[in-house]
Amino acid sequence: MAGGEHERSGTALARTNGSLALEVEGVSKFFGGRRWWPFGNGRPRRVVAVDRVSFTVPRGEIFGILGPNGTGKSTLIRLISTLLLPDEGRIRVFGLDVVRDEAKVKRHINRVSVEAAFFKKLSPMENLIYAARLYGLEGGYARRQIVRILESLGIEGRAIRAPMEDMSRGMQQKVAIARAFLTSPTLLLLDEPTTGLDPHSKRDVQEFVLRLREEHDTTVVLTTHDMVEAEELCDRVAIFDAGRIVALDAPARLKEEVSRQLGRPATLEDVFLALTGKPLEQPEEVFDE
Amino acid sequence: MSLARMELRATYAFVERNANLIKRYWGWEVAWIAYSVANSVAVVLIAKSANAAVGREAFDEAAVDRLVLFLAVGAVVWHYISVLFGTVSQMVAWERWEGTIEYTFMAPVRRLTQMVGTAIFSVLYGLVHTACIVAVIALVFGLELHGADLLAAGVVMLAGSLSLIGLGTMGAVLPLLYPERGEQMAWVVQAALVLVSGVYALPEQMPEPLRTLSAFSPATYLIQGMRDALLDGAGLGTLWPTVVGLFLAGLLLIPAGVWVFRQGERYAKRTGRLKRSG
Repeated sequence: MAGGEHERSGTALARTNGSLALEVEGVSKFFGGRRWWPFGNGRPRRVVAVDRVSFTVPRGEIFGILGPNGTGKSTLIRLISTLLLPDEGRIRVFGLDVVRDEAKVKRHINRVSVEAAFFKKLSPMENLIYAARLYGLEGGYARRQIVRILESLGIEGRAIRAPMEDMSRGMQQKVAIARAFLTSPTLLLLDEPTTGLDPHSKRDVQEFVLRLREEHDTTVVLTTHDMVEAEELCDRVAIFDAGRIVALDAPARLKEEVSRQLGRPATLEDVFLALTGKPLEQPEEVFDE
Repeated sequence: MSLARMELRATYAFVERNANLIKRYWGWEVAWIAYSVANSVAVVLIAKSANAAVGREAFDEAAVDRLVLFLAVGAVVWHYISVLFGTVSQMVAWERWEGTIEYTFMAPVRRLTQMVGTAIFSVLYGLVHTACIVAVIALVFGLELHGADLLAAGVVMLAGSLSLIGLGTMGAVLPLLYPERGEQMAWVVQAALVLVSGVYALPEQMPEPLRTLSAFSPATYLIQGMRDALLDGAGLGTLWPTVVGLFLAGLLLIPAGVWVFRQGERYAKRTGRLKRSG
């Protein structure tokens, strides 16, 4: 299933149209293993966070990366978002190399991570106007857009100008989504954006992701360990284990395949268990992502 | 939209963001200014009790007034250097503490733009802080600045700021590379810079190796130029070699600082240190 027929035909079509949003080719990332200081106990352990990963994402697709904590999902997102340098392989965003063409790639992407990264004493307006200016937006236009987007997410009135530390986590995450929306990214990287949110906030965030694709033709790469979310949002999913992709296909096709093996209807959870031999919920991280 | 306009907006983003943070953390600002004023006044008070300290009338009134001004310039410049160097060098630590470091480094902004925005804010912030201290010292000690050349002092201060921005940018690499202790390391560098620059003592009076080190610190020439302008009324006609020297040092140290920072950023991206927590 990894790099299967579905993946190949999609990639081939996208290449022909020149519409690949993301190309990841043989990418690896290692941490540790070097010691500059000659003293100390032994050599630090070298951890393979991402291990020769390859896949492509056509423009407009919502692509899921599934796996438990510590399997390298966040590392892969950081590599795509130029926050880490790959040790092997290459990554291209709309044909631009993330290392060589870093500045141009940054104009295409935005990222929402599991923790809403904001100046907590500042208000949503102050945080978002900062983001807007970083992305070159004019102040007056940005302010109008910020109010419009936040209101559409149910953040209105005084809440827009009150410190973010007074907001619930769900509300903060909505502001994070609004920030991504504001800068109109063509590739949006969502790193477990709904983890820890209440069902209502989770639903709002998921609807907003779908709206982003509809209204802005945004390609979305989503990491999650929520199988229901993956099934509802993603056109295709890659199942990650120990830094490697062990399967890549549409959720329905993955389930079909495993259903045949099991002789009963399979869930994505069953797919994960069948392919990795592990349950999806694993509390301890293998390494620091 | 032109690239220059985008970079200008991004530069302003850092100035505006930092100003907003100051506004929101106003309690800390009041405390910091009160602490700085008290510290500076305490130093200048040393001059007032100089005769009592040595047990005889070693200084006449004019000498005491000169010592007051000598120490006041030292206290004010110490504070200005601390604020300027500190704000620039702690920009990464600040972002890491707030949890926004990855977001800022992922944004399509040149590192030079980030430095310029931070530097503009830090100069303005440093000047406001310094003005508060000068106002209180002038009020408490009735400073006589009739013979002082304030324009020359201001030009020396601004020319010296360039070098401090460059050095601060180099210092900012420490919190970038050492998430746990980089901030403390930057403070140590800041303290060393102020110590060797002759804030409260003339470099030629300092023991070795401080005396030799002082020759390599741009802050030494900034402080000396300020003293020449404020104590002896030296004008730009006299101080131009100092101004030109400080300006050239700034022209060298700012790109050097950006280069060092970019190397540090690359290393941080290779080793995974560019993240919100240590």
